[in-house]
Amino acid sequence: MVVFITRRVLQSVIALLVMSALIFIGVFAIGNPIDILINPQADQAEIARATAALGLDQPMWVQYWEFLRHAVTGDLGRSFSQNMPAVQLIFERMPATVELALCAMLFAIVLGVPLGLVAGIKPDAWYSKTIMAGSIFGFSLPTFWVGLMMIMVFSVYLGWLPSTGRGHTTQLFGIPVSFLNWDGITHLMMPALNLALFKLSLLIRLTRSGTREAMLQDYVKFARAKGLPMRRIVGVHVLKNIMIPIVTVIGLEFGSLIAFAIVTETIFAWPGMGKLLIDSINVLDRPVIVAYVLIIVCLFVIINLVVDLLYSMLDPRVRLAEARA
Amino acid sequence: MTVLSVENLKTHFFTKAGVVKAVDDVSFSVDAGKVLGLVGESGSGKTVTGFSIMGLVDPPGRIVSGRVLLEGHNLPDHSDDAMRKLRGDRIAMIFQDPMMTLNPVLRIDTQMMETVLAHRAVSRDSARELARNALGRVGIPSPDERLKAYPHQLSGGMRQRVASAIALLNNPRVIIADEPTTALDVTIQAQIIYEVQKLARETGTAMVWITHDLSVIAGLADDVCVMYAGRIVESGPTADLLDHPLHPYTAGLIASIPSRNQRGKPLHQIPGMTPSLLRLKPGCAFRDRCPHADAVCEQAPEITCPAPARTLRCFHPMTALEEIT
Amino acid sequence: MSNRGVETPFRRVAADFAESRLAVAGLVTLILILIVAIGAPLVSPQNPYDLATLDIMDSKLPPGGQSLDGMTFWLGSDDQGRDMLSAIFYGLRISLGVGTLATVCALAIGLTVGLIAAWFGGWVEAVIMRLVDLQLSFPSILIALVLLASLGQGVDKIVIALITVQWAYYARTVRGAALVERNKEYIEAATSLALPTSRILFNHLLPNVLPPLIVIATVQVAHAIALEATLSFLGLGMPITSPSLGLLIANGFTHLMSGKYWISLYPGIALLATIVSINLVGDQLRDVLNPRLQK
Repeated sequence: MVVFITRRVLQSVIALLVMSALIFIGVFAIGNPIDILINPQADQAEIARATAALGLDQPMWVQYWEFLRHAVTGDLGRSFSQNMPAVQLIFERMPATVELALCAMLFAIVLGVPLGLVAGIKPDAWYSKTIMAGSIFGFSLPTFWVGLMMIMVFSVYLGWLPSTGRGHTTQLFGIPVSFLNWDGITHLMMPALNLALFKLSLLIRLTRSGTREAMLQDYVKFARAKGLPMRRIVGVHVLKNIMIPIVTVIGLEFGSLIAFAIVTETIFAWPGMGKLLIDSINVLDRPVIVAYVLIIVCLFVIINLVVDLLYSMLDPRVRLAEARA
Repeated sequence: MTVLSVENLKTHFFTKAGVVKAVDDVSFSVDAGKVLGLVGESGSGKTVTGFSIMGLVDPPGRIVSGRVLLEGHNLPDHSDDAMRKLRGDRIAMIFQDPMMTLNPVLRIDTQMMETVLAHRAVSRDSARELARNALGRVGIPSPDERLKAYPHQLSGGMRQRVASAIALLNNPRVIIADEPTTALDVTIQAQIIYEVQKLARETGTAMVWITHDLSVIAGLADDVCVMYAGRIVESGPTADLLDHPLHPYTAGLIASIPSRNQRGKPLHQIPGMTPSLLRLKPGCAFRDRCPHADAVCEQAPEITCPAPARTLRCFHPMTALEEIT
Repeated sequence: MSNRGVETPFRRVAADFAESRLAVAGLVTLILILIVAIGAPLVSPQNPYDLATLDIMDSKLPPGGQSLDGMTFWLGSDDQGRDMLSAIFYGLRISLGVGTLATVCALAIGLTVGLIAAWFGGWVEAVIMRLVDLQLSFPSILIALVLLASLGQGVDKIVIALITVQWAYYARTVRGAALVERNKEYIEAATSLALPTSRILFNHLLPNVLPPLIVIATVQVAHAIALEATLSFLGLGMPITSPSLGLLIANGFTHLMSGKYWISLYPGIALLATIVSINLVGDQLRDVLNPRLQK
């Protein structure tokens, strides 16, 4: 197990290095870093100063090393528009995005797994077909349009839910969160549901196909021959088998939720890092863009690592095979 | 004392392509402590017979008519829940492929204890104790260690013993064993057969042993039923039936077993193939492959009793003269 | 199974496909959409981008409203007095065009790269597949956003972005299918005849890896269209001169709060109908062409 973890961590570090190199090439080698890193309104003297400070006369690998060294210490430049370190700006916005993504994932799991189980146990029943037709729509509906329609219905016509912002926040361990007070919850509801929709459909389909396959296995028939109640067969025998792919997907999709939050946050003016990215792109605040990309790459690498470790804990066959390897 | 008796059982599958009469008018009975061999090629309906007894026939199949009497109670009359309570408790089943019948992600103890807990109000500790005893009874060394194992950590023979132990857990009146040794090595096969037979005798459990292998039956069963295309074509006490087969099909099966005194001679084959149950013509299903067949065979043969304790479905039984050649 | 007529593979696929009424409905809808998109200038009541025909006085009319010169706006008009129905027809044309173009290009690139990886193996394969894995571990929207943020706006830029996010899927699928095919006897036979590599790759291997690819490409067109719409909505996609459905919806967003729902709603429904019908057709195609699900 230790060997396994060490190897995975090493792989992650390599992935991180590769990605940072790609970003470095994109930002520093292809584009003109002066254009990218310095305020476009800067004058000639400032550009000259920056060129020296950035060491652009150095060979490429020295420049990459410097870039890495700064990145590791968390120095990815300052935002022009907010006049503060880009990394700090992003970390300030991160809790809002993470809260939104977690809440969306919770919606998707709580609704998606049971619906998928139901549809998988009796695939030919009318309600299963309804669930599946619904999931096709969930897949096909573009998130941003659903968001608009939600605002139209729930905010403009019904006036039930607020359409923008995060509402009142409560401090939890020093982090502002919305879900602990009613005003915050009303603000959180629509964006979270909007963001959840696609993952909800995905989980329904995944659970359904896994359940269908598991229900045909001999171990299910044997469990029935043992006289186990249906509850236990589905809740333990089937669920535990399909949990492995489901947990993997939930983990991997969490990263994509954070990425897709860019769209949802823009629609609902949710003050997260996704909205920050779009705002920064619109005002060409490049250090923030670079910092966002680097941070999200780190996030993905970490998520992949955690999912891998979880996976090996869930499946006893993997655990053993890896231990031997 | 008769424990299980099947009377005129018909199980049909209503598929899109037509009605498949997988089990068509099958009758037999088993006494306490006795082993009944149900012999036939794949697709002859022996497994469906087993599932029909267990109440595990899934749509599009269903029991069309006939009775399955367990100690006098007709099982098809039971509600789903009543049937579930009997399964694994009064009537148990062992499946063909030990690799597939145990749930890969649950430990052996979980899979054994749940079988006890589903039927009896006992503590988890006593359930574990029963599980340990059952493992001991089927000849598994160091049962405590095995209880903590996952199925993939055990060999095929070991897994089949675990499956047998699960079937034995609640001391059922009847065990249906569906080719439990086919997937195993010959030596392990012999061991398991010996153990199961001993247990049946000791506990007074009636056994239905389903197999395609007459040589397994020879050393194991008290009585034999030979199935062909959903019907029992011949039955009788094992020794008598093997020595004096009356149905040409049985004779063909016996002749195709390799043995020492036939060395050098080509092995007998039954010409042709098992008929598709979907396109079964009226009359004797074996007539296309039968050396005796004539115009009479286009009518369905009724069950006759040519000798004490023997039944037969054939117009042209084997004669003493033919057996010698 | 009936034996009517001669059983050709195409007939079998068509018959299996027709078994799902939903899929047939999807196919019919898709064909209608394609006709409307291709024939947009012919079927539109108005050329929405000919400024001469627009009148600012007609702006933001509700569905069914009449323009000053007596034309009926069945789906209302936008803030510039443009007929929404015509705008949607033209928008469909742009969305479908961009989506299809990007998918076809990505398919060609992915196919070539995947075949190369499967055929040459070794470090070539390792490098390609690592790259594919790395890219596929990031959501497409993120890659597209970052690309567009550094490339800037434009139809060509968005096509490049859509190609970039798609090619890896095809490369992976092609390689998987090709590896299976490669070990089959007909390839061995072709190799032992010393046919040139390119001929084995394109004349022998290609036809056998194509079916799974076609299915994926069908669904990917829908993804590409949705992604383009999303990017355009975020203001990073199509330029204002090529108003795709996404841009139409974004344009309506500003008027949504004042209750003028139709500027966003109808382009959205058109987008939805397109994506749903493509997905329905793709789903059924996959089931029909997948031998594992055959009974």
